[in-house]
Amino acid sequence: MSRKSVSVSIKEIDSDLARFRDLNITIGAITRERWDEPMGPSPFPSLTTLRPWDRLLLSRYKPFYMPFCDLCCLCTYGKCDLTGTKKGACGISMPAQQSRVVLLSACIGAATHTSHAREILTHTIDTFGRDCPVNPGGTAVEVEAPITRLVCGIKPETLGDLEPVLDYCENQLTQLLAVTHTGQEGNSLDFESKVFHTGMIDHLGMEVADLAQVSALGFPKAEPEAPLADLGLGTIDAKKPVILVIGHNVPPAAAIIDYLREHDNAGDVEVTGICCTSLDLTRYAPKAKIVGPISWQLRYIRSGVPDVIVVDEQCIRTDTLTEAEKIHAPLIATSEKNCLGLPDMTHEPADAIVAAFVHGDVTGALILDPEKVGEVASRVALALHPKRKKHGSMPTKHKIAEMAKKCTLCMQCRRACPNDLPVAQAVKLAASENLSGLDELYDDCLGCGRCESACKQKLPIHSLIVSAAEKQTRDETYCLRTGRGAIQDIEIRKVGGPIVLGEIPGIVAFVGCANYPKGSREVADMVTEFAKRRYIVCTSGCAAMSAGMSRNEEGKTVYEQFSGAFEAGGVVNVGSCVSNAHISGAAIKIASIFAKRPLRGNYEEIADYVYNRVGAVGVAWGAMSQKAASIAAGFWRLGIPVVVGPHGTKYRRMLLGRADRGDDWMVYDARSGESVYGGPVPEHLFIAAETKEEAMVLIAKLAMRPNDTSKGRANKLANYIDLHKRYVGGIPGDVYRLVRTPADIPLTLKDEVDAHLAEHDWKESSIPDPTLLSRMVHAKKVA
Amino acid sequence: MPMTDAWQTAEIPGPKKASLILKPDIADALISRAKRPIMIVGHGIVEYEVDGKPMIECLIALARKAVIPVVVSASTNREFLSREFEPAAIMSAVEISSRLTDPEWKGLDGKEPYDLAIFVGLPYSMEWTILSGLKHFAPNVKTMTFDCVYQPNASWSFPNSTIKDWAANLKGIVENLED
Ligand code: SF4
Ligand code: SF4
Ligand code: SF4
Repeated sequence: MSRKSVSVSIKEIDSDLARFRDLNITIGAITRERWDEPMGPSPFPSLTTLRPWDRLLLSRYKPFYMPFCDLCCLCTYGKCDLTGTKKGACGISMPAQQSRVVLLSACIGAATHTSHAREILTHTIDTFGRDCPVNPGGTAVEVEAPITRLVCGIKPETLGDLEPVLDYCENQLTQLLAVTHTGQEGNSLDFESKVFHTGMIDHLGMEVADLAQVSALGFPKAEPEAPLADLGLGTIDAKKPVILVIGHNVPPAAAIIDYLREHDNAGDVEVTGICCTSLDLTRYAPKAKIVGPISWQLRYIRSGVPDVIVVDEQCIRTDTLTEAEKIHAPLIATSEKNCLGLPDMTHEPADAIVAAFVHGDVTGALILDPEKVGEVASRVALALHPKRKKHGSMPTKHKIAEMAKKCTLCMQCRRACPNDLPVAQAVKLAASENLSGLDELYDDCLGCGRCESACKQKLPIHSLIVSAAEKQTRDETYCLRTGRGAIQDIEIRKVGGPIVLGEIPGIVAFVGCANYPKGSREVADMVTEFAKRRYIVCTSGCAAMSAGMSRNEEGKTVYEQFSGAFEAGGVVNVGSCVSNAHISGAAIKIASIFAKRPLRGNYEEIADYVYNRVGAVGVAWGAMSQKAASIAAGFWRLGIPVVVGPHGTKYRRMLLGRADRGDDWMVYDARSGESVYGGPVPEHLFIAAETKEEAMVLIAKLAMRPNDTSKGRANKLANYIDLHKRYVGGIPGDVYRLVRTPADIPLTLKDEVDAHLAEHDWKESSIPDPTLLSRMVHAKKVA
Repeated sequence: MPMTDAWQTAEIPGPKKASLILKPDIADALISRAKRPIMIVGHGIVEYEVDGKPMIECLIALARKAVIPVVVSASTNREFLSREFEPAAIMSAVEISSRLTDPEWKGLDGKEPYDLAIFVGLPYSMEWTILSGLKHFAPNVKTMTFDCVYQPNASWSFPNSTIKDWAANLKGIVENLED
């Protein structure tokens, strides 16, 4: 099928800012569409178009580099020792090298989302046609693709219209990756600006991916009350044939559901999943079951429950084949990006593949045809289930003690454990048939298996932990609200005012992976805390699962306690990793729908609006992947701060503001044009917290914006102070920097805050109509 | 295990690695020589005991004796307050550390830059990365760790020690310090 020529000629973009090279764009979609909004200054921005905006942010939020390695080994000149002020053979310094690695990481992340988007878009176009309408929410969502409109200046109406968006992403990512070549960029801030650009491209790619799958695959369309799905090991009926899907790309998993439905087997087979494929699968078929986040891979496979394992792409353990073989479960790989050394059986008849699996002729196969995967996986599960008898690889209680006796207390396991868990001591204790130590590790264990690799006695330590915690795993019966996708325009209209004025104290988005310092429950605790405080809480990806993996005293998960609407006190699961685009999209829509700022190709103005007015904070408590890095970068460029857990320092740099330096916090008052003090808000753009208590206090603080009205600031301060009192002790030492006028002081805390202000020689300041862009002042004056 | 292996096996540092604090006198000399020391304490300290008492009491005694301001991360504050010791600041570990890389920054009291930063009780890998930041970008600040495991990116660190040896060392440091 030939691609419609959808492209934009540079001359036709009325802009002196847009410099978009190397992509041959001639007008197609753009003339065809009916969109009367004038084109803004920066459609399809190039690597440097938005550099001035990035520099504004980076002049406030200076990178603090924490090299994770003192050397560079990226070319054969190396290894080069870059300690302190030493330079590499190419002349690079340590700050530039660190930002270069951050850029590499962001490029990997953004390339992964973009290639995933390409995969989904190609699949949906092949199946439903290029003219299949883009439809994320029917009439409830008119601004269908806020990021695409903002970045590209186009309004996609059909799946075909999304292709040039991905062309642009791929073009930019090629250039961004080239930036990291030896002897290319040499300045750390220029690297950082490109990190931001990569993040923006990443959100664009994610938007395309989710738009395509929501539009074509019948996912909930911006539904606040999307159905609940089962979550947790304990929800799975192991008496049935069980299929496990792992990864992020849903078409093969969806094809399994289709096959089972078509053959009236839907109720006979449990289709279960780990990671985002399972999140997206429950959007397709809410009866599918989510096992848990990425860290549940080993424990679930080793339980022997899955009869067939199907993997697609991203965040899948690369030793899945070995683990699958141990439990005699066939493995089907379905992505060109993840072939696992398996024979390509794509073109063999389904009957032959099924027979090969059932007779044990092959342990795994690569099948690059989703429909065939659907058929083969279903038939093999049904055929093998009675034979396999759920052959697991978990030791029995008695066996645990026997094995543990071999432990020499060498401590290698603990020294390999990312969370420094007292593994050795627990194993030693188990030798005397006391499994309590192992059982206690279960919650905090990341399921990484590093302890096992380290153990010279070859003890299957992770399995020991999971077996010892058998009761806990059986009790894992939770639920999650399936990903709703976009936020409705009407919801944005309702909350836009209260958010921008600060009366809703903030939007807190819990996103990303499960590399938690102390288990999933901390995410659930934080979600509960902020939802009760009537913040708008969003969730996505593995964090959305973790949020659901805990129950309150009444036995309810957060998804049962709080509404799924984008409103104060809502817990809004947008969906999988790629659904994160709806969170940044919602912030953009506040600027466009509520504040009526022009959206089209107008990145800088919208980012300036979001940064100064929309109190959103991203929290990636277990951020692990490169995708998490690029997702965060996309939030940074919009001026949305991100908090990570302690492992997040391994991203090797923070973006920290300096509240003590008044000059850093000057903004233009758009009313007067004067440069005035706007206060240190938000204080940081990227910061790692050590504990969840520290994170919660930070989140409340980072939700403040210069534009907050007094009523809004008082509300935000009340939350900040209360959280601080509760989890840290006393009133925070920097309240005087955050109170601008007496009306900002929360009424209930007036005496304490007054005393604090008196101690700090506080002076009243004005509340500006804040902007970092001098041209916005001009615009206002002219208006 | 060699004393100068990183506690977490894969956190291989170098080429520049911390010198060892093998005896209390070394730490005492460094502390006494420092004009402006500061101590940064993470939440991990609540897990340890020195001489049958919570480790925090040892740190408080040290801070009092050597007049060292203590910066705590959020959750550790209460532990100090409940022992009638007021930390100089509550700040996240990355934030205070980033400040230390600014040669213009005159400290929490606005007087003079710090020249010695003592770290203790942060999660191992977090402390590792933060100390790396200081190793590279705070040439004027010496760093020292009081954890019982080797932190290669510090200027000075205890070796990987048994709790008993380490506690004895820590106790020695406090006792030997001149008032
Ligand atoms: S890229 Fe530069 S610093 Fe890295 S190894 Fe090559 S010459 Fe050395
Ligand atoms: S690595 Fe193995 S032998 Fe060594 S302490 Fe751990 S469990 Fe025991
Ligand atoms: S599997 Fe669990 S206990 Fe073992 S190293 Fe990983 S986190 Fe630690």
